[in-house]
Formats: sequence, structure tokens, C-alpha cells
Amino acid sequence: MSVAPKNNSSSDDSKALTTSALTKDLISTAIITLLVLIPIVAMKTVIGQGIISIVYRFGMAFALTGIVVGTRLFLHLFVWHKAPSAGSKSTLTSGLKSVSFSETITKYIAPGLLIFALLFPVFTFFHPIWDKRVMDLAVYILIYIMLGWGLNVVVGLAGLLDLGYVAFYAVGAYAYALLSTVYFPQWFGTGILPWAFYITLPVAGLLAATWGVVLGFPVLRLRGDYLAIVTLAFGEMIRLVLVNWFSFTNGPQGISVPKITFFGLPFKDAPGSFSDFFGIQFNRIHFYIFLYYVILTLALITYFVTKRLRRLPIGRAWEALREDEIACRSLGINTTTTKLTAFAIGAMFGGFAGSFFAARQGFVSPESFVYIESALILAIVVLGGLGSQIGIVFSAIAIMGSFELFREMDFMKVVLPSGTEPIQFRMLAVGLAMVLMMRFRPRGFVTKREPTVFLKEKKSVSGDLVAEGHG
Amino acid sequence: MSEILLQGKGVETFYGKIQALKGIDFEVRKGEIATVIGANGAGKSTLMMTICGTPRARAGTIVLDGKDITQMPTHEIVHLGIAQSPEGRRIFPRMSVFENLQMGATVDKLRHFDEDLAKVFALFPRLEERRNQRAGTLSGGEQQMLAIGRALMARPRLLLLDEPSLGLAPIIVKQIFAAIKKLNQEEGLTVLLVEQNAFHALRLAHRAYVMVNGKIAMSGTGAELLKSPEVRAAYLEGGH
Repeated sequence: MSVAPKNNSSSDDSKALTTSALTKDLISTAIITLLVLIPIVAMKTVIGQGIISIVYRFGMAFALTGIVVGTRLFLHLFVWHKAPSAGSKSTLTSGLKSVSFSETITKYIAPGLLIFALLFPVFTFFHPIWDKRVMDLAVYILIYIMLGWGLNVVVGLAGLLDLGYVAFYAVGAYAYALLSTVYFPQWFGTGILPWAFYITLPVAGLLAATWGVVLGFPVLRLRGDYLAIVTLAFGEMIRLVLVNWFSFTNGPQGISVPKITFFGLPFKDAPGSFSDFFGIQFNRIHFYIFLYYVILTLALITYFVTKRLRRLPIGRAWEALREDEIACRSLGINTTTTKLTAFAIGAMFGGFAGSFFAARQGFVSPESFVYIESALILAIVVLGGLGSQIGIVFSAIAIMGSFELFREMDFMKVVLPSGTEPIQFRMLAVGLAMVLMMRFRPRGFVTKREPTVFLKEKKSVSGDLVAEGHG
Repeated sequence: MSEILLQGKGVETFYGKIQALKGIDFEVRKGEIATVIGANGAGKSTLMMTICGTPRARAGTIVLDGKDITQMPTHEIVHLGIAQSPEGRRIFPRMSVFENLQMGATVDKLRHFDEDLAKVFALFPRLEERRNQRAGTLSGGEQQMLAIGRALMARPRLLLLDEPSLGLAPIIVKQIFAAIKKLNQEEGLTVLLVEQNAFHALRLAHRAYVMVNGKIAMSGTGAELLKSPEVRAAYLEGGH
């Protein structure tokens, strides 16, 4: 189901994109697609018992229309109306002018997203069918947004390519698992158990940060490909240790851990539980809504801490390190500590997320921390635009959301080989999306870098103005 | 004569097995402009980098104002008051001009930031015009000005300049050298200048060294070397 670009939009792509023109175009696209789809998709003839009957499949027709319109919107926003067109790239002023349109959008995008995220669970009350599956998906996406923001410190800001980020996620998860099931009961008695998550969280972050430094030391002199290989190996090492150190980690069988509680009140249909304490009807959704707000809080902490760090000398040193290590040293920046803090802080956020993951799941096993997770988190960061925090939100929603969509797309079975599920093709789709991104938007969704400090006026320059890979 | 600020004795530097500096003796006195000229591959930039500690000298000593800095890590050397505008400028392309200058003030911990910023902008008004622009979008000359400005933000006692004229139009080269002269005369800044553009460098220099194959082949005042027939034949006539 491909969308052919219309002549008018491809010929004058330098024309500014107005909202009304875009809406008009999308509506006409939807109408045309529906007209085409109704006879060929919405009505299917079935031969049975000598007569031909018609089976209606409007849902599928609408779904396909949705895909077509969505694709067209994507092409409009990111491909056909790319900010500075090829011809006008040479002059600086045209580049600056074209940024202003997207600049006004970005001004409202972050607060808008925040409000949406805060109110999101409220929507579920009005849509009973959404219920806990949607909340669970939202929690899942938020974990990856948080991991993306954490990895962004290492890869996006400090420019250190880390392919083993999942190791810190694993350290966080196992820190919670082992402390809450083995050590806390031993040290403080079982009364501590409902509070385990809250006590372990900082410990898990600290442990992960320590491991970040442990990884950081041997790789201080490495950059680029070499660093990537060593971090990749580190990630695998952690996983293999978890698999093989049976007496400590229970090996591949994993560990069952207590789930998160509402500050000591468990979520269950029993006296002394959350619903009992507040005198409300027990409902599983409370658990998911609470999980949602916990991970939202953690993710927002990650966001604001990173944002703040970027303005501090250490954050600027990270960015300078990414730009040019030799220049950094000649300006008196201690590159050793700069790199180690980047590793440690990135790892710490990974540890927080891992600890939360274990408390949500109620179970940890090495299987959750395979290499593909690292690759996925890295893909989120790269797709979002290295260093851009808002871009990561969009790419995490796009990747994780599309994974979930694949589960739903039963109609795809029509075109897929028999015996296969759409979900099995998800990595293929991510790969394709990556290739397309690299072709059409090589710097990711959000390519601009906001200066952390500015004199008199704030102005950011489009990434398209600087040579690829260098600027 | 004023006191010695930087002194090197028998400095030897290796890249693996290859010896790049074969026992260099040099000195830079307070308030003067010293220059090192020489052909490609003579070891000029290596000398510059060795002073800054990457790579470190394998033999010999480098002393800054009575303190041995030979084996110190780069960032500590910089904290002692040596600022460098490295070869190829090495500005931070994705950061704004202003942020680049701010990075330069790392050593100073932004204590005199506004004052120093005003000085740099007075020296290079072009930078003020472009203060919020991405450094990568500057022209070559402006990038060089930024690299020098960034080094000045550290309030150095000694400014190392590695080929500031590299790849620049003659008129820009003149501006850059005028700025260096101004810094030296008005602020009393000590400068060690590595250059291929021997004519400009020697005219400016109080003290000059000619490097050939990792050794100092000649030394003297800038004016002396400018008159010397060997230097004229090798570096000033034909070609330049």
C-alpha cells in the first residue's frame, strides 16, 4: 500500500507548509483512498453453497486508510517540506528563516507533552476498553523513554557510543531483586519488604553508576568503533554472569520479586491493601496507574536532571568532548573525569529504570537483558536525533508503539506467508524505518540543538547547515 | 632581559618508534613573541603538543616559570597558564560562538567571564556579530579568530598558537597577525607562535627558531633570521 507523491506537492516543495493546505490535502487523500478501498477491501465476496455473499470489512478499510493518511502526513512533515530545500541551502539567512516555523512548534511541544502525560490515566476512565493494557503499554513506552534519556547522556551528549547499555539496566533490576528477596529480609527482617522498592531505588542507581565507572576506566582511551565493541562485550559479560552464577542469581530461572507497593500498601484484594486503606473498590487498574506515575516521575527526573546538567560546566564539557577531545584537553578539561561522569550518570538512570522494571514485572531473568535491548535503546536515541530529548520521546513512542501495533494487525495475515504472525516482522519494520530515516532525515526526528546559553537573543541553527557528521 | 617563562632542555618526543623531536632546546621569555618556523614535518606542531603534554616527552625537561611540567597531564598544564589554539583550530562546530568562548573560560571558572568576553569581542568584532551562530558555520578566518579568542578566555600567561594562518586569505592573515601583535604590545601577553608563513612570523617575533627534521637548526631574533641568507633561501624566497 504505497502512496505516490502527487505532482503538485513534489514539484514545488520549497513552498511553505500551511496547516489549512495540509488538512485539505489529508482529507482528500482519505476520501480518495476510501473510494478505492471500499470496493476492493471493504467488500469481499465469498462463494458458499451456490450463492455469492458479501462479507463487509470496513474496519480493515479504515485501518488501511489511516495508514495511508499517516504516511502522507509523515512525508509532508519530514520529506517533502524539509526545512531548507536543496537549492537555498547555501545562504545562511534562508536556513534561519525556515527554522522559525518549527521553532514555534517546539516551544509548545514539551509543555504539551507533559500535560498530556500527566492527564493520560484520566482518559482511561472514559474509555473502559482501553483499561490496563493501554496503561501497561504507556508504562512500557515510558521505561524506554527513560532508558533513551539515560543513554542520551552517554551517546548523545558525551558522544561515547555505548552498545552495552542494557548491562546497567540489568544491574538495576538485579540489585532490586537480590536486595529485596535475599538481603533486606536478612538484614532488616521481612517487615521491610513492602518498602523494598523505595529503599532499593537509590542503591540500585548507585550500584549501576559504580558499574558505569568500572566499564568507563578500561575504555577511557577508546573512541568510536573500538569503544562500541568493548561496551558490547561488557553488556554480554553482565548477562552471561547472570546466567551462569547460579548460586547468586538463580541463573536462567530468574528470581521472583515483590511487586511495587503504594508506599507500603500492596495492590491486592485483601485487608491492609491500597483499596482497603482508601475504602475503594479493588481494581487492577490502580496498580497500573500507580506504576505509570512512578515511571513518569522517574523519567521526568531523568529529563530535568539532564537538562540542568547541560547548563552546568560538566554538561558543557560532555558536549565539548563529543565535538573535539583534543580541543577539550587543551582548554584544561579533565577528559578522564568528564567521561567517567557521563558513564556513571547514564548508568545511574539505567539502574533506576532497571529497578523499576523488576518491581513492575515481579520477576527478573537474564532473558530480559539481551543485546537486542541495547540496540533498541540506541535506535531510539539515534532515531530521535542524537542529543535531543524531545526527539527521543517521539522515537520511543514510534518504535515501542509500533511493536504493539504489530500484535494487533491480524489483517496483515492476508499478505503474510501462512503460519507467521505480524509480530514476527517487527524488527524487519524497525530496520526498514531506520534505513528510511537515514536516507531522508539522517540526523533523526529533532535535528536542532538549542544552545544552552545565549547572548541577548536566542537562536538555533538548523542542522542542515553544517556538513554531515561534522557539525 | 626579562625572566624566562618557558624553557625546554633536550626535549625528545617519539611517535611509537619514530623520533619526532631530537633534543630541542628553547626558551620563551616573559612578554615576548617567540616563533618556531620550519617546513612540513619538521616537528613544529609536535613541539607545541609536547609542551601541552600530549604526547609527553620521553627525555628532557620542560619548565614553566620554575615548575617542571614535562610529565604533567594536559589539563593540569593548562591550569598552570598555558592556553593553546591548536592546529586546525579545533573549535566545537555544533556549539555556538558564545558557548565556545565559555568553554575557553573553563580554567578561569568563569570568574572574569564578562570582562574577558568584552576584550575578545573588542579584539575580534566579527565574533560579536556572530555570537549566537553555530561555530561550524563560521568562515575559516572567523573560526581562527574564535580559536584564539577561546584560548584567551583562559587568561593565559603563555599563548600557544599553532599555524594561525593555515588556509586563510592573505588579508585575514594580516588581521590575525595584527591581533597577535596588539595582544603582545598592549596586554604584555607572551606568545609562542608556530608558523609556516615565515615572513609574517619573523617580522613579529622577538625570538625565533628554525626547525629542521626534529632539531633546532638556527635561532636568533626575528630580525636576524629575516636577514639570514639561509632562511631567505629556504623559507622566504620562491614559493612564498
